Amino acid sequence: MTSTGDVRNLVIIGSGPAGLTAAIYTARANLAPLVIEGEPSSTSDQPGGQLMLTTDVENYPGFPEGVMGPELMENFRNQAARFGAEFLTERVSRVDLSQRPFGIWVGDPAAPEPTFRAQSIIVSTGAQSLLLGVEREQELIGHGVSTCATCDGFFFRGQHIAVVGGGDSAVEEATFLTKFADTVTLVHRRDQLRASKIMQDRARANPKIRFQWNSTVESLVGDEKLAGVILRDTVTGEVSTLDVTGLFVAIGHQPNTGLFKGQLELEGNGYLITHDGTRSSVQGVFACGDVQDQTYRQAITAAGSGCMAAIDAERWLESTEHGTTDLPDW
Amino acid sequence: MAADGILTLTDSTFDEQINASDVPVVVDFWADWCGPCKMIAPIVGELAVEQAGKLKFAKIDVDANPDASLRYGVMSIPTLLVFKDGQVAKRLVGAKGKGQLLEELGDFI
Repeated sequence: MTSTGDVRNLVIIGSGPAGLTAAIYTARANLAPLVIEGEPSSTSDQPGGQLMLTTDVENYPGFPEGVMGPELMENFRNQAARFGAEFLTERVSRVDLSQRPFGIWVGDPAAPEPTFRAQSIIVSTGAQSLLLGVEREQELIGHGVSTCATCDGFFFRGQHIAVVGGGDSAVEEATFLTKFADTVTLVHRRDQLRASKIMQDRARANPKIRFQWNSTVESLVGDEKLAGVILRDTVTGEVSTLDVTGLFVAIGHQPNTGLFKGQLELEGNGYLITHDGTRSSVQGVFACGDVQDQTYRQAITAAGSGCMAAIDAERWLESTEHGTTDLPDW
Repeated sequence: MAADGILTLTDSTFDEQINASDVPVVVDFWADWCGPCKMIAPIVGELAVEQAGKLKFAKIDVDANPDASLRYGVMSIPTLLVFKDGQVAKRLVGAKGKGQLLEELGDFI
């Protein structure tokens, strides 16, 4: 199977564990996939996905001593490149899924012609961290507010800092940050954590971690640099100040599906709906990884579903005569 | 200068190298444990080649050289600081794509 004219067999949008696994499988199947991996960013989605913002990954099978997240993703990418996957480090600005071949725009979304045309698309755009949405949050990123504990923890040696959130990533970040900070206050809006048992136990056993239950961040204190956060008690409504010079936000994720609104079927909360494996609501468009998974959201499940999408896309392309309307069952 | 056209700065050579330049210097504050830093490294490398003569590019490992980040208030990496006539003329915090970086550096090109 080769590309006809400038129409590609397959474009993969997104390059986390799901997209890169799909790239490895489809490259080995000679589909010559193009991976549009996204643009570097510290605050939104990024090439390599969420593992680029982590350190030790302890639960990815095959690495008994653990592996660094960025290193793992570099390996994924090199493995896909080895079998001929092509990479483009840009962000997709628009897609047209109303007819095949599909249109994919990079750069100016108003350009009359798409940058790429593809018979099939695998969507693996993942999810991105949510910010608190309080005033001056963006402005103070890099001045005390951070979305990347592994990048910025180093700068808070001997200081008092806070992590907002109660899930695995919040508790993991809090634990990691105790390597540097004197105290880490975990601010959570409920009175118990959602994080896994092992992470919770580790955090509770850590003398540097304090818990601020039933609290939300109301506002940020400090002019040029963060000097504290104003907390509101969700039960009593009482307001208090926590003197911290660092605030790490880990309150969850939202799926990156803005590109597909109105074109693919989405859940009310934005997650992509898949059926019969990795099929989306549009024939020829498959989805894998966190963009369609609100239950597991692990690197290994993302990789697994990337493999599924690759096999689904390959079989679908095989059973479809390019350019005809005689399509297999969807 | 390194083969890739990017100067490697240390705490002890920082001032000297910045002051010696007759064009603005873009300093990339990075560390080995920073994923987003690795993402932008190839882009910084491309810019160094493309903008040679107009801009000089340099990098400093914050892990081995804590003084420079302390002096310039770097609390998040990657951070790019643009030095013009020895002074910080622009601060870019966080990883950015090539197009965005070019736009931000437009004033100096």
